[in-house]
Amino acid sequence: MGLGAFFTSKLDEAIGWARKYSIFQYPFVTACCGMEYMATACSHYDIDRFGAGLPRFSPRQADVLFVVGTISHKMAPVLKRVYDQMTEPKWVVAFGVCTCTGGFYNNYATVQGIDTIIPVDVYIPGCPPRPESVIDGLMKLQDRIAAQAQRY
Amino acid sequence: MDGAAMLAELRARFGSDVVETHEHRGDHTAVVTREALRRVLAWCRDEPSLAFEMLTDLTAVDYVKYPGRQDGPRFEVVYHLYSLTHNHRLRLKVRVDEDDALVPTAVDLWPIADWFEREVWDMFGVRFAGHPDLRRLLMYEEFVGHPLRKDYPIDRRQPLIGPAS
Amino acid sequence: MAQTTQREFMLGEGSGTGSGSQNLRVGVGPAHPAMHGIIRITTELDGEVIVKADVEIGYLHRAFEKDCEEGGYNNAIPFTDRLNYVSPLINNFGYCAAVEKLLGIGVTERCKYIRVIMSEISRICDHLTCIGASAMELGAFTVFLYMIKAREFLWELVEDVTGARLTISYGRVGGVKADLPDGFAERTAKAFKETREVLDEVHRLLTGNRIFMDRMIGVGALSREETIAYAITGPLLRAAGVPYDVRRAQPYDVYDRLEFEIPTQKDGDNYSRYLVRMAEMEQSMRIVEQALAMVPGGPINVDFEGRPVDPAWYVDRGKQGKTEGLLLVPITLSPNLLGSERPAHERINAHDKRVVLPPKETTYGSIEGLMNHFMLIMEGNGIRPPRGEAYVAVEGANGELGFYVVSDGTDRPYRVRCRPPCLPPMAALHRMIEGQMVADLIPTFGSVNMIGGELDR
Repeated sequence: MGLGAFFTSKLDEAIGWARKYSIFQYPFVTACCGMEYMATACSHYDIDRFGAGLPRFSPRQADVLFVVGTISHKMAPVLKRVYDQMTEPKWVVAFGVCTCTGGFYNNYATVQGIDTIIPVDVYIPGCPPRPESVIDGLMKLQDRIAAQAQRY
Repeated sequence: MDGAAMLAELRARFGSDVVETHEHRGDHTAVVTREALRRVLAWCRDEPSLAFEMLTDLTAVDYVKYPGRQDGPRFEVVYHLYSLTHNHRLRLKVRVDEDDALVPTAVDLWPIADWFEREVWDMFGVRFAGHPDLRRLLMYEEFVGHPLRKDYPIDRRQPLIGPAS
Repeated sequence: MAQTTQREFMLGEGSGTGSGSQNLRVGVGPAHPAMHGIIRITTELDGEVIVKADVEIGYLHRAFEKDCEEGGYNNAIPFTDRLNYVSPLINNFGYCAAVEKLLGIGVTERCKYIRVIMSEISRICDHLTCIGASAMELGAFTVFLYMIKAREFLWELVEDVTGARLTISYGRVGGVKADLPDGFAERTAKAFKETREVLDEVHRLLTGNRIFMDRMIGVGALSREETIAYAITGPLLRAAGVPYDVRRAQPYDVYDRLEFEIPTQKDGDNYSRYLVRMAEMEQSMRIVEQALAMVPGGPINVDFEGRPVDPAWYVDRGKQGKTEGLLLVPITLSPNLLGSERPAHERINAHDKRVVLPPKETTYGSIEGLMNHFMLIMEGNGIRPPRGEAYVAVEGANGELGFYVVSDGTDRPYRVRCRPPCLPPMAALHRMIEGQMVADLIPTFGSVNMIGGELDR
């Protein structure tokens, strides 16, 4: 212990701080939640002030996968593929109750929660969630990102 | 043209091919036989006094659980026609059995029938003779069964990946 | 002078080592930024030109039609919200109109005006989103931000009336959920003022913009005959020159008493569709202003005499059976007791006990009300239209939105079919983009305004 650990922990915090304010999200938008995602991303509610304003539409360039809207069984392999193509570190946000648990679509076509296919970090319930809920979820995600320990 | 006059003209021209006509809540409907279907549809489109240029909807209904019709023909394919020139509507229906669920296609009359018929095949399992490319529209190809049939339980999942429940 | 180069593609069988060229297969979607929602377009390209395109849909199929068969007639309303989720009120009212036609009942005058007002506000939201998103894909990000800003003002209005911004479940069979709130007319006037300013700015940014015009004029055009043959309705049909609008051709609610124009263009390309949508937004605002001036039932501000009574106390008394005189006491409903106050309830819901839930004061304040409520809610009872079927078409933001409802006499719909207005343009999309370049696919797809919830249901 001693000075070395002090420096690495401060470095951890600094890296965490930098990472949490530079979120490059991949908005995997499918359905109605996309409208609330657009509303949150635009001027009224503005996630750009969190550093999350630039969506990157390539999984290689993104670090947070926002799964926005219902995932059907036809779409599930596509989602898994996009998730696999993302490089570490990556986080997943399940936006909307359809992605958390399937919503009220308990039928033959809907995946009952994307955590059956990919690991999820933050769940934002709501149908669709109000932008305030989204920002709350985003801030929880930021806490998670900041707390991620680095391996040196 | 008045709805009742349309039905009368249909009956006059096609005689016994028009199995039934009725009017309910202002909607005029004619049920025709499968053999006469294409002639009726073509006549509806081309006859100047009817001039149904638009096939607004093509769908099907599964009557197997309908009280009083469980023993009759299972599927009813429903055509909703609309005329821009005369601003009138008509509904045509054709009834088919489950084991003989084949209906002549309307693709050459109205190209939109392509996708509507693919959806009926996907959801109900009614085939369309002469359709250029009858594959599923909404479900994935690996899906087995026809979901909108009454005997397909709503929560029977066939996932491509992930758990089935 | 530019010389065309022939490249040899070492791609699988058939390429060999001879000189020649091969068409390139490029898949666009389903996870693609410009595919609003999720569509897969498999294109075959010869250089930049699209030789063949195959559109595959169904990635958002959520079993709407099957889900509607599982509950009562009013249960289907949240599912209809999520059909065209940018203009959900129109879906609600279209479905309710179909069930009301089956039942053979009409709604009150005030309810019709409310439905018209809310439908038009929804329509404006839809067009704002469509133009904003397609402009964003062409690079005009500012326009997107402005349009969404205007949409927020309208969503505040919608939230005042229905309680939610997007998935509102506002329509009910026989009426609407609640009356318009106090001060709605003033707030609408303010929101429209802001919206008109935004539209003005967008006109100045886009309509005469050289780049925008070059990218949209002549692109994605579909001839008038083909548009009709593909049963395309709505702004795309009006952009091709056919002035067909369900609100004018088969007026429902109070559209026959309101003055509005049907904007049309001649060319049927993306630019015409853009112009038609911009003009339609102005017409929609005109409709709402006229309707607000003409809406019956007195001023929108609800005026109560008598002192407001705590609703919890009211419910307690009713449950204890001490119902004498309770019906005469006016209460101000708390958010827990959803629904309309009794005077408002009569103005906006059809006076038909087999269909419409009684107001909460009556439910908790009298035995007859409670029984009426019971008969509509409990399993096996509920709204039971006579056997039959009905098709009702309303003018959705994308065109003719039809609902075909079949009833077997029980409390659950036997079949609910939604005729999606954006399915025909998607079926014709390959006709619109074949022969165009790959980059033209984006504005064409944007101007079709495909909404996944409605397309795939």
